[in-house]
Amino acid sequence: MSDPVSPAAAASRRRFLRSGAGSAAVLASAASAQVAPLEVAPWSREPGEPVGWHPYGQPSPFEKEVMRRSRRSVPLPGANSSMTPLHALFGAITPTGLVFERHHAGIPQIDPARHRLAVHGLVQRPLLFSMDDLLRFPSVSRVHFLECSGNTGSEWRGPGTQSVQISHGLLSCCEWTGVPLSVVLQEVGLKPGAAWVLAEGADAAGMSRSVPLAKALDDALLVYAQNGERLRPENGYPLRLFLPGYEGNMSVKWLRRLKVGDAPFMSREETSKYTDLLPDGSARQFSFGMDAKSVITFPAPEHLLRGAGFYEISGLAWTGKGRVRRVEVSTDSGASWRDAVLQEPVLDRALTRFRLPWHWDGGPAVLQSRVWDETGYRQPTPQELIAVRGLESGYHYNAIQSWGVTPDGKVRNVRV
Amino acid sequence: MSASRLFWLPALAGLCALASAQAQTYGLGQALTAQAIAPWDIDVAADGAGLPRGRGSVAAGKLVYDAQCAACHGAKGEGGIADRLAGGKGSLATTKPVRTVGSYWPYATTLYDFINRAMPYTAPKTLKPEEVYAVTAYVLHLNDIVAADAVLDAKGLAAVRMPNRDGFVADARPDTGPTARRP
Repeated sequence: MSDPVSPAAAASRRRFLRSGAGSAAVLASAASAQVAPLEVAPWSREPGEPVGWHPYGQPSPFEKEVMRRSRRSVPLPGANSSMTPLHALFGAITPTGLVFERHHAGIPQIDPARHRLAVHGLVQRPLLFSMDDLLRFPSVSRVHFLECSGNTGSEWRGPGTQSVQISHGLLSCCEWTGVPLSVVLQEVGLKPGAAWVLAEGADAAGMSRSVPLAKALDDALLVYAQNGERLRPENGYPLRLFLPGYEGNMSVKWLRRLKVGDAPFMSREETSKYTDLLPDGSARQFSFGMDAKSVITFPAPEHLLRGAGFYEISGLAWTGKGRVRRVEVSTDSGASWRDAVLQEPVLDRALTRFRLPWHWDGGPAVLQSRVWDETGYRQPTPQELIAVRGLESGYHYNAIQSWGVTPDGKVRNVRV
Repeated sequence: MSASRLFWLPALAGLCALASAQAQTYGLGQALTAQAIAPWDIDVAADGAGLPRGRGSVAAGKLVYDAQCAACHGAKGEGGIADRLAGGKGSLATTKPVRTVGSYWPYATTLYDFINRAMPYTAPKTLKPEEVYAVTAYVLHLNDIVAADAVLDAKGLAAVRMPNRDGFVADARPDTGPTARRP
């Protein structure tokens, strides 16, 4: 692992130590912040809330600002999205109640006793499964990120929002538990010619996507639990599909039907939506995978730096192609880069927390991160991305993000 | 060989076959007939497979559209709180592309499928096949794809060739970074 302290910071420290007065100045500064005699707080003088205060539990009332937020209110509130507050989270796992949402016709409230999964089409034995059936199959738990292909789409034309929650928050990472789809496809038996699987939701949108059979047999999961508990309604309760590394829309929620066919089903979601329009007027179709991407979540526009000194830059990196191999961070608009420390374990197609110590000198700075994944792919600059895809492809924006720090400690979304 | 041994041989063979089967399947779920799945088996393929019987005219479709669709999509499909449906012809390669049914959608059959499963927004899956055919025909007419006197059924809808039918290409990523495919 490389030295996490920058050459510039090390040089600054050497100058500081050489000056002789430096260390004394720091001590004087720390000592000058006189602390008044400590109060014994009221909560130390009486018993607290009883056990079972909240039988399920909820965050401290002092954390009430940490919540999902939407970009704007829309006339059809069931066809909107909400974003994960990335700026307020730690580690790599997203708390279940903060997992982003994107629904196309609202959240159905489904009685699991009445929910069914039908599997039919090019299969030997068409079968109908109850939730009890599905819970009896051998299960697996895996940690993976989930990202909407429209995440960060507001950045194509330059800084689109002063909030990492809104710009990058269609992104979450959970432990998902369920049945490998391959197990259920084995149960029904595939017929010759099987090549695609239609996944269809039980919601009012009847959300439907075509999944290549190879993906379905490789690592697709029929998920019923998330971070140790049953799915929340907004995340697909009681059953959803989960396709690691693929755009979120394909992980169909409230899954009620799988139909095996010999061709893609050309649903609205893979023709008129979730296709990427290029400058020549053609559009990429079946653009399923999410590319390598990273973003600094501290400091971000939601934060205020309280004076020069030490800070730990921290963020998230991920790739739909496997594992994150390396994250570099720049504090000088990309003129120089330093390797960030990756939080272990670095998991396959999961969010990876990175960290870099930073001594802010109080001057203007531009903070950036760029990720390399295990295929050798590097996160592009906005200019590199736009040169290939233009400004209208909508989905799959994964360019380097720049946060500008001003001397008053504010952090702003900037394009350099 | 005793009678009891003769009795056990086929039973053992049966057990082996069962063990082998159990390695692959778990015996869970209920058999599903075509009749039982029919109410859920609503998907329509690009070639029209899955389209039901029935037919609908542009004129009948206008009545359905005005009552069920115009409030969100605009009186003439120009868009409103929901997507624009008409126009945008020739705009995809410009700096202001307009994606509509006429300019962007590659298959007319997808329009039937989507309206049938998801529209109208507040009461999806309530339109009869005749109404879905009719409103599909009307939206295609708003895009100058079928004539004002057109009547569509399964065969006719599958035969409609959409203007952007050949507008889609395969995913060419990685297209940036050190591993990008170079032309």
